[in-house]
Amino acid sequence: MQLSLAQQSKQTAEEAAQETSPLAIRGLTVSYGEKPAVFSVDMTVVPGQMTAIIGPNGAGKSTMLKAALGIVTPVSGRVQVFGRPLDHQRGRVAYVPQRASVDWDFPTRVIDVVLMGLYRDLGLLGRIRASHRRIAHDCLDRVGMGEFAGRQIGQLSGGQQQRVFLARALAQGADLYLLDEPFAGVDAATEKAIIGVLKTLRAEGKTVVVVHHDLATVRDYFDNVFLINTRKVAEGPVATAFTAETLQAAYGGRLATAQIDQIASSA
Amino acid sequence: MMSVLVDALLLQMGYNATLVAIGAALLGAASGITGTFLFLRKRALVSDAVSHATLPGVCIAFLILVGLGGDGRNLAVLLVGSAISAGLGLWCMNWLTGKTRLAEDAAIGAVLSVFFGFGIVLLTVIQTLGVGRQAGLEGFLLGSTAGMLYSDALVIAAGGAAVLIAILLARRPMTMVAFDPDYAAARGLPVGRIDMLMMGLVMAVTVVGLKIVGLILIVALLIIPPVTARFWTERADQVVILSGVLGAVAAYLGAALSASAPNLPTGPIIVLMSFALFALSLLIAPNRGVLAAVLRHRRFQKRVHLRQGLLALAQDQTIYEPLTLRLLAQSGFARADGVATHAGRRRAAKALRDEMRWDILRRDQAQEAAAALYDGLREIETVLTPDQIAAIDRKIGTPQEV
Repeated sequence: MQLSLAQQSKQTAEEAAQETSPLAIRGLTVSYGEKPAVFSVDMTVVPGQMTAIIGPNGAGKSTMLKAALGIVTPVSGRVQVFGRPLDHQRGRVAYVPQRASVDWDFPTRVIDVVLMGLYRDLGLLGRIRASHRRIAHDCLDRVGMGEFAGRQIGQLSGGQQQRVFLARALAQGADLYLLDEPFAGVDAATEKAIIGVLKTLRAEGKTVVVVHHDLATVRDYFDNVFLINTRKVAEGPVATAFTAETLQAAYGGRLATAQIDQIASSA
Repeated sequence: MMSVLVDALLLQMGYNATLVAIGAALLGAASGITGTFLFLRKRALVSDAVSHATLPGVCIAFLILVGLGGDGRNLAVLLVGSAISAGLGLWCMNWLTGKTRLAEDAAIGAVLSVFFGFGIVLLTVIQTLGVGRQAGLEGFLLGSTAGMLYSDALVIAAGGAAVLIAILLARRPMTMVAFDPDYAAARGLPVGRIDMLMMGLVMAVTVVGLKIVGLILIVALLIIPPVTARFWTERADQVVILSGVLGAVAAYLGAALSASAPNLPTGPIIVLMSFALFALSLLIAPNRGVLAAVLRHRRFQKRVHLRQGLLALAQDQTIYEPLTLRLLAQSGFARADGVATHAGRRRAAKALRDEMRWDILRRDQAQEAAAALYDGLREIETVLTPDQIAAIDRKIGTPQEV
């Protein structure tokens, strides 16, 4: 009797966490063809913190993010954003896709890309007003790209492109930010600028989830980690979930034991 | 000939020619604008499959009309038939790419050839049936404007206007989907339905254009104007408008030209006009044009050779490249035999000193961002302040540490 009561209270605590979580995923399976890229994954993102999704290449990190956003349709699973289905909460979620996912020769200027972040405010026929431009310029300033507003996007460096994508997400004024490999292949100045913006967002009480590949910076940048290799391997605060054992479990033979020890002990 | 052409351009060639010219211009504008979104979405060739898929529908509609004892040339009914079979072709293509592992290019090839082949079979059957009134059906292949009626022009105008209104309403989501479909989906835009809308508009333009340019060449009116417009601007909204203008101009000129001489087919002439505008843009467009690219490359090459030449002069190396020698001589930095002039020696010393400054800068970890700008040509003054350069010069001045 007592046991079941304890169980019950534990369950309700978990339910409560899901209710308030910016992003709660249950039993998510996503498959390309008949090979699941993500299998039966649960995730409960902690509000107001920064979480890194980590795992080897092909572990399903980006796929999980895309399924959470409804970009790919999962085979099974439930996604809730701030306790409600995603479709009711689209305005509160901002997405920063991988830089390589678009053609940068597309005829558009930096400011136009950022204005896409204001799509909901503009609607189908609404005119772009000075107030919209001001928001867009502010967002560009925040990522250190203010002077590039009129530039054609094809003229930007990789790091600058990444910052424009971040500015577009900022323009939405969302509460939850999902970023797919924002630090991949960018220069040091860009990495510094992006992490600065993300930390500011956290200070404002926003929630940030980042698909991340650089194990060396996890401790510096993030509060929580979510390790995945098709299935969830570990989830929790960096101190407890980002250890030699969990890394070994996620990466297996792909990381040398020496590397793992070095990363795990650099606390 | 000249005066006839001028007459045609000024709509002085009679009722039919005027009708055709105005109809063609409207069609050109609608197809140029619609085609832009197709081009930006990188699905230009889908329109080729859609247009070829109209033929069976035209033929079946004709057979039904004749079977019911009517006149087989009712344009509206024929166009409805063509729209149905084009829609079926589009559906087949979506099914093939969505449900099988077939890539889009293969699906386009399969749908295009099968539908067109079936259409040609039907067309041949209709001709052998000896239904006296079938005349004109072949006109749908390459367009035929000879017997164009006022009502035909009205159909084109109404269809074009409907397409333009739809695009005015959907231009923002269509642009977002074309640039970044994942982001559009994450914002909750129905990407699949927006793509269907775009293809539906392409289908509408194709069907409307069958009478004037024909199903084989309509793809040219959808693709060439946006590609041409892209040469002149870096903004999607301007590409859309410019493409519409270019399409209208090409179609109007083509229609007028073909009216000014006997036996000039309207559709193909319009396509050639369109190509002429494309060729001109390809050549002379300010940034993306071929001429501009060649000039830009020449200027760049000159900078590289001058810089390398000056560095060679500064280090008393022999210069072998004739182009370098010529450029140094032209700029007054060296004599024809490669010996440095006074000005040349001064500039060479400066170039060498800048290289040494860069060298120091690139070893300084605190200056990583500035150092990353080094490419051999960049002037160090554009990266550092005079104070910073003076600080580096002090380091160069001190002897090397061991």
